[in-house]
Amino acid sequence: MSKEWPLWEVFIRSQHGLAHKHVGSLHAPDAEMAINNARDVYTRRNEGVGIWVVRAADIVSSSPGDKSALFDPANSKVYRHPTFFPMPEELKNL
Amino acid sequence: MSAPSAPSTHSATASYVRRLGDNALILSQRLSEWCGKGPALEEDMALTNVALDLIGQARLWLSYAAELEGTGRTEDQLAFLRDAHQFHNLLLVEQPNGNYANTLVRQFFFDVGHYFQLNALSQSTNPRIAEIAQKSLKEVTYHVRRSSDLIVRLGDGTELSHRMLQQAVDHLWMYTGEMFSGDAIDVAVATDGTGVAPESLREQWMQHVAEILQAGTLQMPAADAWMQSGGKQGRHSEHLGYLLAEMQFLQRAYPGAKW
Repeated sequence: MSKEWPLWEVFIRSQHGLAHKHVGSLHAPDAEMAINNARDVYTRRNEGVGIWVVRAADIVSSSPGDKSALFDPANSKVYRHPTFFPMPEELKNL
Repeated sequence: MSAPSAPSTHSATASYVRRLGDNALILSQRLSEWCGKGPALEEDMALTNVALDLIGQARLWLSYAAELEGTGRTEDQLAFLRDAHQFHNLLLVEQPNGNYANTLVRQFFFDVGHYFQLNALSQSTNPRIAEIAQKSLKEVTYHVRRSSDLIVRLGDGTELSHRMLQQAVDHLWMYTGEMFSGDAIDVAVATDGTGVAPESLREQWMQHVAEILQAGTLQMPAADAWMQSGGKQGRHSEHLGYLLAEMQFLQRAYPGAKW
């Protein structure tokens, strides 16, 4: 199955969501069937308004070994974090 | 007013609506037999989703049919306390699941007919029928898309999947004609616009089926082949009795059981 039905990663934009979120993965023979399958596996309770599927093989991920090099430095430098600005009430999604 | 043998409009509508419910109920029962046995997780979930869509539609039709009968029978009694000869589903939907190709082809043939039927019924002069049809049509639009996609992929797949699909097409073809042959009930409901004449759906069905089979490199059997019939009149294949025995066991063994 793994050869004929490659793995796809599924991203769903929810009813009130602003962005597509990764929800899981599935197997399908091609992109169209992956969308069909994603609809059946992940969206049957009105979860979504949009589906993206992408072959798992096409995703490049950061390596856990690079964690400190990529993510650590900013932690000790509070001036890098934009937390000093009072935000207006109306901005709910930031 | 009308010939003695012609059904009254009211009872014709009840029979017509019950037939629609029977198709959905029996096919739903068949599909649910796959639960946990599908060839892949994705297919397993898709089939059970379709089964749940159909059971929902069956409930809408059968509860309306029970209302129209006006004898106090409920949707549950219609589903669980009728014998095979009192069911008026198409022979196609009661056919055994067989292998996955049989299940898919049965689904494809039915979905296409179901789609065009509901499409016409959503314009019914009976507002309840139109409402149920419009609601069901949303689900069935997806069913027909899914089953058509799969027919193309498996027909145009491996040598084995192509052969199995072709065998299923040849085997189930004789059950498709019944979708397009009307009887007195169909005439009665088509005349006053509550229902649709089955014959009027045939051309659209043929065209879509031919297109998809061709895309799947499959041979379409002869359009004028001999066809089985009788399901709509309560004359069924040997398979329905077994299906009902399983489906109705609980209500038969423990009458009135609730959970």
